Amino acid sequence: MQVTMTVNGVEYTREIEGRMLLVHFLRDVLGLTGTHWGCDTSNCGVCVVWMDGEPVKSCTVLAAMAGGREVRTVEGLANGAELDPIQEGFRQCHGLQCGFCTPGMLMTCRALLDKNPDPTEGEIREAISGQICRCTGYSSIIRSVRWTAVHEAKAKEEVAQA
Amino acid sequence: MQVPAPFEYERATSVDQAIGLLERLGSSARLVAGGHSLLPMMKLRLANFEYLIDINDLHGELGYIRVAADEVRIGAMTRHRELLESDALAQVFPIFRDAERVIADPVVRNRGTLGGSLCQADPSEDLSAVCTTLDASCVIRGSRGERVVTMEEFHVGPYETAVGDGEILTEIRIPIKPGKSGSAYAKVERRAGDWAVVSAGAAVWLDEQGQISDARVGLAAVGPNTTGIPEISASLRGRAPDESLYELAGAIAARSCDPVTDTRGSADYKRHLADELTRRTLRGAVERASAVERARS
Repeated sequence: MQVTMTVNGVEYTREIEGRMLLVHFLRDVLGLTGTHWGCDTSNCGVCVVWMDGEPVKSCTVLAAMAGGREVRTVEGLANGAELDPIQEGFRQCHGLQCGFCTPGMLMTCRALLDKNPDPTEGEIREAISGQICRCTGYSSIIRSVRWTAVHEAKAKEEVAQA
Repeated sequence: MQVPAPFEYERATSVDQAIGLLERLGSSARLVAGGHSLLPMMKLRLANFEYLIDINDLHGELGYIRVAADEVRIGAMTRHRELLESDALAQVFPIFRDAERVIADPVVRNRGTLGGSLCQADPSEDLSAVCTTLDASCVIRGSRGERVVTMEEFHVGPYETAVGDGEILTEIRIPIKPGKSGSAYAKVERRAGDWAVVSAGAAVWLDEQGQISDARVGLAAVGPNTTGIPEISASLRGRAPDESLYELAGAIAARSCDPVTDTRGSADYKRHLADELTRRTLRGAVERASAVERARS
């Protein structure tokens, strides 16, 4: 069957099998290997991407289901060489060690901050509760999100004052 | 790599069109909503279909929570996140918010739906227990019209419902009974977002004197179906709520359920949980009903 979807602002049309999962479509068909493929059972969250603005686990969404929808992956965060603030936050606060969970964490945390620009530690923990990090023990991920929240608030204030 | 066996993908654009597709394709077709229970089963080849009909485009038609004076109607495509976030729903039936907080995780809740959860009919599924507790009924539509069934009729067995070939679950209806009501849900799980070791829901209605006019308890993960326990309702009606009554209800729950020993716990432990969670949710439901009473007086 044929599927057409927009990924990071670019429209792609490809011939696929109905049973192909979105994560494999992104990685194997489009070559966007930033999205990782982990547990395959919607438990670990490394495969989180956005579909129509909402984080979803792409190992449990068919590529066909994303037809006609807007997908955003970790490759869609940075603006050229300029990192998204959430990426910068993870960089500043050591929000990753091996990096395997990072693409999913970034997409979920970006969505959280868009909805709730000043989340508490509890709200961050809840937001990432469907995602597993085996390196950092989560504390530095939470610090990274808080760093981003504070810096985005500051940046907004500076824009307002200017 | 886990992928489902090959199937033909179809996408429904309206309820009527979905019914038309189901009629044409018969039992070789299955509807998929959020897909977070069905796709994992298909990956493991526990479920195989020739056709999969994606009904996510029906969210506009079947995604709603309508709270009226005597009834709440919830569309089958309403997602977990919407059930969790609805203040109107939490006000009349706080049990929904209690349950949604412990169903899977926030990202999964963006996809999973009420109708999908019920149609999956997993004996450990939380929303089935919630709907049983609240005496909900299910609206099933086919080409010859609609029929409305109780939760007991809806659940035929594990992974088996009253929805036939050529039919689709469209709506859940929950009666708002007169009197002050309260409801609560509690779940014990091995880790955040897991299936229940055991969960319990309770709903109570108090009369003017503060006596229990009706009470219902629904359990999940302790038998082939998430069923209500009529004996608890019969024992509680007409009585004043207190700890001894919760103890009695807990004891009935423990001996009425039928858990099996598995990786989540022994049958004895699950019976203990059925007892404890029944007490806990009844206590919580009565507290909430009483709070409503205080707020109104």
